[in-house]
Amino acid sequence: MKSRVIILLGSLLLAAGGAGAAEYTVAQHNKTFEKDGVKVEKMTIKAGDTVHFKNMDPWFHNVFSLSDIKTFDLGSYPQGQQKSVVFDKPGTAEVECAIHPQMLMELEVQ
Amino acid sequence: MKSSMMMTVMIGLLLSMNLQAAPKEDYLRPEKVPAPASNKITPERVELGKALFFDPRLSGSNWISCATCHNPALGWSDGLPTAIGHGMKVLGRATPTILNTAYQRKQMWDGRFRSLEDQALGPIAADVEMNQDLDEVVAELKVIPGYVSMFEKAYPGEGVSQATIAKALASFERTVVSTEAPFDRWIKGDETAISESAKNGFAWFEDGSKGNCAACHMGFNFMDDGFHNVGLKGNQDAGRFAEVPVPVMKGAFKTPTLRDITLTAPYMHNGMYATLEEVVAHYNRGGDTKDNLDPNLKPLNLTAQEQKDIVEFLKTLTGEPMVVTVPQLPQ
Repeated sequence: MKSRVIILLGSLLLAAGGAGAAEYTVAQHNKTFEKDGVKVEKMTIKAGDTVHFKNMDPWFHNVFSLSDIKTFDLGSYPQGQQKSVVFDKPGTAEVECAIHPQMLMELEVQ
Repeated sequence: MKSSMMMTVMIGLLLSMNLQAAPKEDYLRPEKVPAPASNKITPERVELGKALFFDPRLSGSNWISCATCHNPALGWSDGLPTAIGHGMKVLGRATPTILNTAYQRKQMWDGRFRSLEDQALGPIAADVEMNQDLDEVVAELKVIPGYVSMFEKAYPGEGVSQATIAKALASFERTVVSTEAPFDRWIKGDETAISESAKNGFAWFEDGSKGNCAACHMGFNFMDDGFHNVGLKGNQDAGRFAEVPVPVMKGAFKTPTLRDITLTAPYMHNGMYATLEEVVAHYNRGGDTKDNLDPNLKPLNLTAQEQKDIVEFLKTLTGEPMVVTVPQLPQ
């Protein structure tokens, strides 16, 4: 009985954790942002979610945002590396590559 | 085991030999020159824009036209290390060619303008460049019958305004595109169009483990619409950082096109190199100032012959000479 309660509690905690903090990977590929192999210019996530920005191009990319809800600068990093950002406040964040300004996406954080 | 190791080594070698070889189609000219729906290219708009481009009355002194610095006889630039503006003031940056700006996503060395329409009025109004009050230039053009008629034909019902001046200039600039170069003929299959040295140079240019030039100078226009700090000695200009205050942009400038490169010396945003040989030597050193250097740059260790080959390749990017007629200005 005791072990069943523990398992149930554990399952609830896992479910709560999964629902509250999703993770997404956005690739930097051919000087665009891509999600699941498709160019993405707008994306909706929930507050608390994490976005991993992974450089798939053979040259360096930068990722930054100067938006009100999130200001960050991940610097420049080469092919194969990724850096992550937790978007903890709701609102809209414009995410860009400073090196290649045509790389621009809008993240709506709900 | 032995064969799988061999395979791994071979794949590794192949990858290191040519990390960035792009398909040849990437170097072909796009079928159309891009233009916004709000300012489609028409002969009347181009004709008006050309007259405005060559007209010194657009400047405060009535002495400087767009073509004073963007001189078609000098590769649509001025042949100077840095520009000379209003009152003979020597400015801090080189005059960039307007060749192929139609294909670029950002205008100016620091990319402060998004479109040619946005950019066109900037130098006219800048006190150090053409030093013209924009309301005044509209008033001046409105009393020139020839211009009134040209504006009406180009933009019916829109009149002479700052917006139509900008749109006409942008339309003309969209006709200033590169002509076919020996490199283009080679890309299309004519093996005799360029020398063996130039072919080797193109290989070094593309190869990520050799010149790595194509990391930034890519595609038909040999640029990435991007901004890079290339480590020029003594550079104090913040460049793109003034527009995008992100540390990586300190001292970064827009990648210039390499089309007609032999016509647009001296080189770099401050015109500090007189020859292509000096430019290639700079990149072979991996830049000089390492502070905030673009991470794509590193010492290349190219041999003298390999550097020479890259210069030979660059020379093949200059197209057939353009024939540019200078318009008689409306009175």
